[in-house]
Order: sequence, then structure tokens, then C-alpha cells
Amino acid sequence: MTDTSARAPRWAIWLPLALFLGFVALVLIGLYRPADRNVASALVGKAMPEFDLPAALPGRPGLDSKVLANGKPHLVNVFASWCVPCRVEAPQLGELAKAGVPIEGISVRDTTENLHAFLEENGDPFQRIGADDDGKVQLALGSSGVPETYVVNGRGKIVYQHIGEIRPEHLGLLLEKLKEAGQ
Amino acid sequence: MKRLLVLAALLLTAPALAQEEQSTAPYAYRQLDDPAQETKAQDLMESLRCLQCQGQSIADSDAPIAGSMRSLVRERIASGEEPEAIRAWLIERYGDYVSYAPQLTTLTWPLFAVPAVLVLIAFLLLRRRFTRTPTENGQ
Repeated sequence: MTDTSARAPRWAIWLPLALFLGFVALVLIGLYRPADRNVASALVGKAMPEFDLPAALPGRPGLDSKVLANGKPHLVNVFASWCVPCRVEAPQLGELAKAGVPIEGISVRDTTENLHAFLEENGDPFQRIGADDDGKVQLALGSSGVPETYVVNGRGKIVYQHIGEIRPEHLGLLLEKLKEAGQ
Repeated sequence: MKRLLVLAALLLTAPALAQEEQSTAPYAYRQLDDPAQETKAQDLMESLRCLQCQGQSIADSDAPIAGSMRSLVRERIASGEEPEAIRAWLIERYGDYVSYAPQLTTLTWPLFAVPAVLVLIAFLLLRRRFTRTPTENGQ
């Protein structure tokens, strides 16, 4: 039989080591710069899906997607009383409401008592709160968790999605997106 | 008497069950009555990713959003919708990532092409090897 190893070039001996180092580099990149695991909604830039949610609290209006297309930009906040980061973002939502931003709430898989206690404790920045008890509207929105906040322009188009809680440093960006949406 | 006790015990468990299901979707933990439809739904659920615990399918996951997704799948199957239409509806909202069934797109085509190319290369290399042996034997 022919002896193939005799014909292999000399540098070939370094090939396994090079492969190994390449693998180590790949692992290190994955360790120090992990990929973003958030699943963004594919509906950003598209129309808000149509829905009509019943009122989450007695005496307060529910949320019909038609009000989102009333000519003014809105924030749509997907939240729940059982969600801890929602408590973290409550002061920021309060600030936005004070600045005159219309905020509509979608309360996901919640109960009236829990929701009531949550708003009592953390403030109530919402104009309307729709009860999404089975999570269908959350799925229709392409939302993968709570809290999430959508900027919707006056024609009912989703222009921006904020995933996770709104921290004080996010307020500037959100106000800018709202301003853009209003033009 | 025994039957009465069983009945009493069953009555006691009912409120606990009701409480658990209160804020969740109707078919999150309930199978469809038609076994054929349930099989269809189950097959689809096993190939959809839970968005909260991303290594699991919605059939495996206990995350609340997985419950909502299971209910959505079962309700739509029950109303006669095709599994692939439901998958497409979810991909439209969450992107390819929500589905475990690989989609052929401009980004993923190399995944499908590379194995074919490797088989082709292997075939060419082996053919050279097999055709050479007889000539060597002849020398």
C-alpha cells in the first residue's frame, strides 16, 4: 500500500493544535460575550394585531386595539402583578404618565385582587387595562415575557419594542421613540 | 359507604384544581377530547420552543407562557386549523427561533448544502482511491 503520511506536508502536524486553539477561542467568546437570548417580536414595523380585551378592573375601561390608532402615539405595557421586574419599572412608567404619555396596559394571566393590590402598591399609570387571562393577546403581539413595552404610532403601527423592565436610563430613548412616532 | 367517601374526597380536590386553572389558559393542562386531534397537537407542541426556558419545548415546559401556547395550539387544532398554519402564525410573530423544525431560508441553506457537498467530496476521493488500487496491483 502507498504511505500517505510520508507525503503529508510538515505543517500538517500543527493542524490538530490549531483546531484545538480555534475551539478554545470560540468557547471564550461564548463565555465573555454571550448571545442575546431575548426573542424580539417580529411585528415591529407592522400593524398592531387586532384585539379587544375585557376590563381587568371593575369600573375601568378594557383595551380595544382600535384606540391605539386614534392619531396619537401610545405606549402599550405588557405586565402582571406576579412579575417582579414590573415593580422595578413602575416608577419609570409613573414618570412617563406624568409627562403626558398615554400608557395602555395588558395584564397577563392575572387576577383582579392581585392586580388591584399591585396597582395600589406601585402606582397606576394606565389609561386602560385589558385582561389577557389566557395570554392569547400576548402571543398575538409576539411578546415572549413580562414586562415588555411597545411604542405604537398614531396609525396603530408598532414602531419599537422594549424587552424587560424600563430602567431610568431607558426613559430618554423611549421618549425619543414616542416623539418619532408622533411625527 | 366507600363510594361516598371517594365522592367526598373528589369534592374536596375540586376547589384546589379550580384555583390552579383560574388565571391560566383553558387547555394549558387539559388534553383535547378527540385522541387524534390531541396527537396532532402534541406533535406540534413538541416542535415549538418555549420562549421563557429556551431549551425546552412547550410540551415539556411548565412556564406560564408555555401553558398559553399549548392552549393556543390545542384550541386551534380543535377548531380544525392545520398544524403547519399554526406554526407559521407563531413564526410570523416570533421568528424562526420559536420552531424546532428547521426552515430553509437564505440564512440556513448552508446547513442543508454542506452535508451534500461533503458526501460528494467523499465520493470523489474514494473513487480515486478505488480506481488506483488495480493499477498498483498490476505493477
